[in-house]
Amino acid sequence: MNLDAYRREARAWLQANTPSEVPPGDDGVARAKEFMAKLYDAGYSGITWPERWGGQGLTQAEERAFAAEARHYALPTYVFSIGLGMTGPTLVDRGTDEQRARFVRPLLRGEEIWCQLFSEPGAGSDVAALQTRAVRDGQGWLINGQKVWTSVAQHADWGLLLARTDVEAPKHKGLTMFVVDMRHPGVTVRPLRDMTGRAHFNEVFFDDVPVPDEHRVGDTNDGWSVAVTTLLHERLSISAGVGMSGGEDDPSGLEALRRTADTTDPLVRDELVELHIRTRALALFNQRLAQEAEAGIFPGARGSVAKLLLAELTMYRADLATRLAGPACVVGGDPLSHAISFAPAMSLGGGTNEIMRNIIGERVLGLPPGPRVDKTVPFKDLKVGTQE
Amino acid sequence: MVKLVLGEEQRQLRQAVRSFLAAASPPARARDGYDPAVYARLNGELGLSGLIVPEEYGGAGAGFAELAVALEETGAALLPGPFLATVFATVALTRVPDKDLLTGIAEGRTTATLAQPPGGGQLADVTAAPAPGGGVAVHGELAQVLSGMEADVLVAPALTGDGVALVAVDLTAGGVTRTPLEALDVTRGQARVELDGAPGRVLGTPPAGDAVGDRLAVALAAEQLGVLRGSLDAIVAYAKIRVTFGRAIGSYQGVKHKLADMHGKLEQAESIVRYAAWAADESPGELPAAAALAQAYVGRACFEVARDHLLLHGGVGFTWEHDAHLFYKRAKTDELLLGPPRVHRARLAGLLEL
Repeated sequence: MNLDAYRREARAWLQANTPSEVPPGDDGVARAKEFMAKLYDAGYSGITWPERWGGQGLTQAEERAFAAEARHYALPTYVFSIGLGMTGPTLVDRGTDEQRARFVRPLLRGEEIWCQLFSEPGAGSDVAALQTRAVRDGQGWLINGQKVWTSVAQHADWGLLLARTDVEAPKHKGLTMFVVDMRHPGVTVRPLRDMTGRAHFNEVFFDDVPVPDEHRVGDTNDGWSVAVTTLLHERLSISAGVGMSGGEDDPSGLEALRRTADTTDPLVRDELVELHIRTRALALFNQRLAQEAEAGIFPGARGSVAKLLLAELTMYRADLATRLAGPACVVGGDPLSHAISFAPAMSLGGGTNEIMRNIIGERVLGLPPGPRVDKTVPFKDLKVGTQE
Repeated sequence: MVKLVLGEEQRQLRQAVRSFLAAASPPARARDGYDPAVYARLNGELGLSGLIVPEEYGGAGAGFAELAVALEETGAALLPGPFLATVFATVALTRVPDKDLLTGIAEGRTTATLAQPPGGGQLADVTAAPAPGGGVAVHGELAQVLSGMEADVLVAPALTGDGVALVAVDLTAGGVTRTPLEALDVTRGQARVELDGAPGRVLGTPPAGDAVGDRLAVALAAEQLGVLRGSLDAIVAYAKIRVTFGRAIGSYQGVKHKLADMHGKLEQAESIVRYAAWAADESPGELPAAAALAQAYVGRACFEVARDHLLLHGGVGFTWEHDAHLFYKRAKTDELLLGPPRVHRARLAGLLEL
């Protein structure tokens, strides 16, 4: 089928099948699952994923064509975003055939929800400093510890978990990746109230949670290289998707501001011009990265450039919008109050701006790394987190 | 559909120009000024002067996508002399069009420059009246003409008995007084040009609207992208070899993070230049906003990166011997070449109907 016909069919399908509104909470999850199953059965979930594991085996061109049509709709796919953007691609890249056969199709069809369990209170930017332990227990493993910043954990069936399996080895060499059953009674999920007042994330506690060895992803003590795969997918999915709409419903976007701000004031006009310049600059860069990907040029660490720029633009945009709006926007539940509260999230999640700059400096520009005191020392002898 | 990635032939062109300039005119030689022998080879071997000249006048008939590739390289090398000025004149001449001058430019026989309205405002009074021996006699004073000492021909709008016409003035003839200006940019000069009955020729009616101005903005942005990239490459290379406190300065986050931000500007500047060049070739409706965006973003980004590249060199960047100030001064001069930057922002505001 040619691309135009593909796109026309996608448009018609979305028009006929997108639900008008999905409520939050468990009721919404059930409705989202219904929608995801329809999406999968119509062939629009896992468009570029291998056919063998349940994907469509098509190209980036079809994926982009569908995304271009889907942009006009608020698809209720949020609870599946971690699975589709991070843990699923990791299993496709690094899982065993048994794991791919077991997990990928239900993930794509929305039958099972996934979360990702890397960060800990003492291991954020320095995620390889994590302390959650996985200890051998007969044929399998036993997990104990605490994770944090876990999106959709309250709905998740499965989690991709990075745990320490060898404290005698240096920090990067004693980690192993597992698929953990989030429905096990030893797993406790607590909503984490963030600065917006809402709970976008959770804390997750593991108390003697068993994992069979068949659910190990990659070799024992080779979990770091698996995690790098996941994080690469994370940055690409953040920079490619979230927040780029900047459309009419975004209270800090140019379209909203031109309606509310006094554009007869030359100072205001120039601020809006600056917003336009920065927004276009990043949008064109993202478009160029997408065209390069289509031409077979893999963005690699340059995905971190897009992620950093999006983080800065998000912060700048909300900050500018509030400055233009004046005192009224900080009272009465104004949407800009939420925008300015939520703005830091993009600069912190998926790697802070400082981590992005390290990655760009070292992997894009080829600059030498800083000296490291933590790479060769056994983990048990290292300082981690905020210990005195 | 908009095209932001270079094709195979464009990459080959880039490689050809890059290798030629690396050998014949690297930044280190930019302070020596205009070398006609380099231009003869640039035009002869690579045909750069005729790149956007239509094929019927002996040029390659290429578009702005290709021109941008060439200008990015000449910018990165800080190529001295009238290349950009000749491109500017060519943009105006292809709109008239003028066979004689375009053929001369394509063959590399003629260098030219274009009178620029200072500050995006009205042109200084240039008048042209019929001359006894044919052609016109041109009078007027132009305070700042890009490459005015090196160009053979000046293209300028002039007031005639029949309204404003585009005229060509032979800058080497009598009635022309050219005075080199002391220029911030050591690598490329400007001149004051006084025309006192200088022999000229009426080319035709000046193109309407901003058809020329928008394309100058895109061409200049492509050169600025090159200056930006050249500066960044230079400081990244230096940060890998310069050692302080026992390690390369590029390993310090104070330096590394700045370089990462500069790289972000490069990526966005390149994306905008590709887009604006595409608009110039394929989408005239988008060109005005794309051209204003290109000057508003790339002009500033180019100076900021050139500035930070100089600062990160430390004290040696402040010396006359080092090349850092050559990039810095070219970047500043380029940022102001088509008027103070606020004119591009004001134009953008107007186009966005703010």
